[in-house]
Amino acid sequence: MNIKVRKIIPQLITVLVVVLIFGFFTFNAQINMDNRGIEFGFGFLSQESSFDVQFSLIDYDGSHSYARAYLVGLLNTLLVAFIGIIISTILGVIIGIARLSPNYLIERSAAFYVEFFRNIPLLLQIFFWYFAALRALPLPQDTEPMFGVFFLTIKGLFVPRFVWENLDILFYSILAAVISIIVIKNYARKLQEKEGKQLPVLYISIGLLIILPLLTFLIGGVSLNFEIPVIKQLSAGSYIYEGGLGIPPELIALTLALALYTATFIAECVRAGIQGISKGQKEAAASIGLTPNQVLKLVIMPQALRIIIPPTTNQYLNLTKNSSLAAAIAYPDLVLVFAGTALMQTGRAIEIVSITMLTYLSISLSISVLMNWYNKKIAIKEK
Amino acid sequence: MLKVIKSLTSFVAMVAVLFVFTTETMAAKKSKTLKNTQKKGFVRCGVSQGLPGFSNADASGNWTGVDVDVCRAVAAAVLGDANKVKFTPLSAKERFTALTSGEIDILSRNTTWTLSRDADIGLTFVGVNFYDGQGFMVRKSSGITSTSQFKSGISACTNIGTTTELNMRDFFNSKGISYEPVAFEKADEVVAAYDAGRCDTYTTDKSGLAAQRTKLSNPDDHIVLPETISKEPLGPVVRQGDSVWEDIVRWSLNVMIEAEEYGITSGNADSMKTSENPAIKRLVGAEGELGAAFGLDNDWSLRIIKQVGNYGESYKRNIADTGILPDRGPNQLWTKGGILYVPPAR
Repeated sequence: MNIKVRKIIPQLITVLVVVLIFGFFTFNAQINMDNRGIEFGFGFLSQESSFDVQFSLIDYDGSHSYARAYLVGLLNTLLVAFIGIIISTILGVIIGIARLSPNYLIERSAAFYVEFFRNIPLLLQIFFWYFAALRALPLPQDTEPMFGVFFLTIKGLFVPRFVWENLDILFYSILAAVISIIVIKNYARKLQEKEGKQLPVLYISIGLLIILPLLTFLIGGVSLNFEIPVIKQLSAGSYIYEGGLGIPPELIALTLALALYTATFIAECVRAGIQGISKGQKEAAASIGLTPNQVLKLVIMPQALRIIIPPTTNQYLNLTKNSSLAAAIAYPDLVLVFAGTALMQTGRAIEIVSITMLTYLSISLSISVLMNWYNKKIAIKEK
Repeated sequence: MLKVIKSLTSFVAMVAVLFVFTTETMAAKKSKTLKNTQKKGFVRCGVSQGLPGFSNADASGNWTGVDVDVCRAVAAAVLGDANKVKFTPLSAKERFTALTSGEIDILSRNTTWTLSRDADIGLTFVGVNFYDGQGFMVRKSSGITSTSQFKSGISACTNIGTTTELNMRDFFNSKGISYEPVAFEKADEVVAAYDAGRCDTYTTDKSGLAAQRTKLSNPDDHIVLPETISKEPLGPVVRQGDSVWEDIVRWSLNVMIEAEEYGITSGNADSMKTSENPAIKRLVGAEGELGAAFGLDNDWSLRIIKQVGNYGESYKRNIADTGILPDRGPNQLWTKGGILYVPPAR
């Protein structure tokens, strides 16, 4: 028996065993389901769901299908993940840099924040923010408006809604601004390479981004109005705000808890990234006459990012998966709406749990692919 | 070479083991559940995570309630001891999966009997131990005294995975009222959120409202509205496919109800053996061979009555005396104006 065959046989056997184990579970489940008269299938997805959901980004009520309820849950999960990732990144970068501050007070408070928030179980933090907020927030009728138009109440944060007219024209003007910025940037780079002149690209870009859309207001017929929430009496002692945009307290508490928790880990990634760059780099950059800003932008950050990105990707994935704790505080995410209510109403445990698992897997893999692409882009390019 | 042989043998062994397991599951048995229960020495019973009067654990872990008593009755019948029950607290979401997957053998957890649950997902409802209906609880300070005063924009706290969610939609839709459903996974969180003022109303089965009301910080500040918006017959459930076990659970419940009808209590059960009435004598095992059909001895029903009591005793002990629902309402015997009516045990 030659080496090649000997190498292949154990692998073949491993594959066979894995296939057999999966086959066994499928077979077993099939038999047990047959015994109890349960049929496997995805036909239920097109049935009417007949339950309502508190908060949805798309048009939905109980007369839509289970498939649409799935989409509602998925979008709500993505919403929390998206907002959570943005807030935790901003907070994480600030705190990570603060931990390196020469100022003792700033450095210590940042360290305290990190140690405090990352060492308390996330579910407890979610409960804390939710029930603490519910206890602390006023009833709608007792609310003092912030800036006259924001109303923070126990039933949610009510903010003015934008009512746009000719929104498409505004959108085109922003697109035009972005295209011209790219053109100018390219021109500026060529100019610098050819003649050594530097154009103030940043100021020009900001100017373009403000002036072009502004023009559409003046001559393009674009207008923006605000629909301000107004209080409505439901009965003698209960009120609600109507009109405007209502953000449920569940969403606020969940996003806050996820962002504060994940920010601690991102802060540590940022600190590790910056401390991973040797002091010599900074000194060398300064010695060739770069300004402190340029040192950070052109020398430190590009190298630090290579250390920061891979562990930060993990944190983004964690945040997305942790968002499934939403079920505890009634935020209608994928787990609550689909793997919760829909599973209960249809009884299709195997189908729904597999769909949910595949969905989380796809979300995580997409984030992973995106971050890996970015990581490759900023990695050292050897020529 | 040796390595290859080794891995080949382990592979063959693995296949053999899988084969044995598979044939084991394929073999149909008459009452696997009864056999397993007697082998284990306890009844595996799924209950709620804490609903006073129905299934609730005290500080030392003793479970009480009318739903708990159904499982105790089965344990008394098949094992001879009403205390040989292992209770598994389940959320509304988990309950059916726990039953169909075989983690528990009886689900006695204020579960509504509906067509789709009975027919579609591998379950069999064996009877009704509590006739209920969905209602609403509101704060007294809201001034609401009837559901007709509900207005669009009202927020309603409830549990996910219950018929409540569906009934609520039907109710508000038929009235043309838009509402905000706030659905939690666990009942304790619903209570906490409603108590804090997150919702204007708390909706679930009326018995549940009465029970959960006792957990609020100021129970007297809240009232349950008089309207009932649905039929909620609550009862124990078993897995589909074991008709002997199904019969045992069904008749354990029926015996409790019929015992009340004939005035047999835990106190007088033994003396009833000498009764003139053959129906009573059958219930206390002094006549007939009722247990044989299930593969049980003839004292199975006597043990239920002696150890758990009849339905009326169970109701009084768990629901009336605890102040949850002192009035039996529809859960009174048919002979006394209620709708509790069970087939004769003969």
